[in-house]
Amino acid sequence: MENIIVIASIALKELVRRKDAYVLLIITVLLTLISGSVNMFGDLKMVRYVKELCLLLVWICTIIIAVTLTARQLHAERESRTLFSLLSKPVSRNELILGKFFGCWFACGLALIAFYLFFVVTAVSRGEHWRLLEHFQAMWAHWIMLGIIVSMVLAGSLLFTAPSSNATICVVIIVGILMLGRHLGKLALHMGGLKQTITLAVFYAMPHLEFYDLRDLIIHDWPMVKWNAIGLATLYGMAYAAAFLGLACFLFRRKPLNA
Amino acid sequence: MNTHPPIEIRNLSVVYPSTGRGMPPKTAVAELDLEIRPGEVFGLLGPNGAGKTTTMNVLLGFVNATTGDAKIFGCTARDPLARQKLGYLPEMTYYYKFLTAEELLRYYARIFKIPKAQRESRVDAALKLVDLEHARKRLIKTYSKGMQQRIGLAQALINDPGLLILDEPTSGLDPVGRMQVREIITRLKDEGKTVLFSSHELGEVETVCDRVAILHEGKLRVIGKVDSLAKEHNCGLEQLFLRVIGYQPKLKNN
Repeated sequence: MENIIVIASIALKELVRRKDAYVLLIITVLLTLISGSVNMFGDLKMVRYVKELCLLLVWICTIIIAVTLTARQLHAERESRTLFSLLSKPVSRNELILGKFFGCWFACGLALIAFYLFFVVTAVSRGEHWRLLEHFQAMWAHWIMLGIIVSMVLAGSLLFTAPSSNATICVVIIVGILMLGRHLGKLALHMGGLKQTITLAVFYAMPHLEFYDLRDLIIHDWPMVKWNAIGLATLYGMAYAAAFLGLACFLFRRKPLNA
Repeated sequence: MNTHPPIEIRNLSVVYPSTGRGMPPKTAVAELDLEIRPGEVFGLLGPNGAGKTTTMNVLLGFVNATTGDAKIFGCTARDPLARQKLGYLPEMTYYYKFLTAEELLRYYARIFKIPKAQRESRVDAALKLVDLEHARKRLIKTYSKGMQQRIGLAQALINDPGLLILDEPTSGLDPVGRMQVREIITRLKDEGKTVLFSSHELGEVETVCDRVAILHEGKLRVIGKVDSLAKEHNCGLEQLFLRVIGYQPKLKNN
């Protein structure tokens, strides 16, 4: 366990010391402030518009951070040959994968806190009342979703050689699931035969990332989701993350390393 | 006290599977027997593709032996615990740019579970040995190639290993950098550490090593003390090396 924590701490340090996350945060702040400055007449819908835009940017930026940070982990270790220094020490390959997962996931959590803090400050400054529990719930669900994404990208980095191809393929899959995931089941009902079977298989097999999208609840001030539903979604997310990590460990164990 | 030799290789063969249709499997190492004694500096020589790196990869647990076995201090190389007493410097490694030298060494010290009380003294000692105390708080991305190689040596020494495996430790360095690395290896030898290193610099090997082995096409061709080999074959290490690998000079002086 100690090795996992030590390896994870490097991914955390990388996020803190590299400029990527700060650039994305600054872009989010600027775009939100520019769009927010348009609301001069206290129009309620304008506040919603600002919240919607800000949350959309938070989602896009955190997914970018999760995918890019994770996609480069194993590749960079191999490219710079630190992988060989690390594995020549009493560290197993499984510990390395788990360390990278927890490091990237917690780093995403840190970034998420910074982004949500900005969102809450923006919302409150536009006349919204404090809704800390709702915001925490949305952030928690968002973080669990990032856990699935991080584990998926980590497994992808053992399947695809280049980090850019891994990141692109993963982003396409993530956007595809977020946009079409919820409609795929209904779509399958209008199909027949083999097509329906395949579509239904994909629908049930894929991780439903859209479960974790609680933006509408915050934007429209809808009531909170029941905590047991959040608990179930957490277990569902952890199960998918574990499956992806299992695949990553399996692939990494089989990979011959030539220093 | 551990009575096992630092490295014990018995009947080791590594065969890489075919990389494409019609391509035969590649034998990287064939029936290699090798024992390295405590406190000696051992040079592993051979042209590119001779099997030096594959042998090191087996010792480090990166590649599994097809047949035979490799042991480090009596513990099979496949076991991560075998690496507890081992230090390894890979060829041309670029360490984490966003860390400072002392952060990098602390990171590796934590991997070895060195208690916090001892960690700082180990970091200090390693930095002192490679003469990087003045740059300990600088980010590694600002280091020259020679400094990168020295911080690599420091990380290999952080656990105070009994055995060091150095893969071409002077490759890509200028003469001063080479001399510094050579001095460090000599100091380690004086401290009684066992060092296995591969190099293409035969002059360096002659200077530093107690014994050498020449591999060619995966097989051990020659093994012995540097001076004994010179006497036995009546030639220098370079001539012996060229003879062993069957190199015939194409250009002849008129």
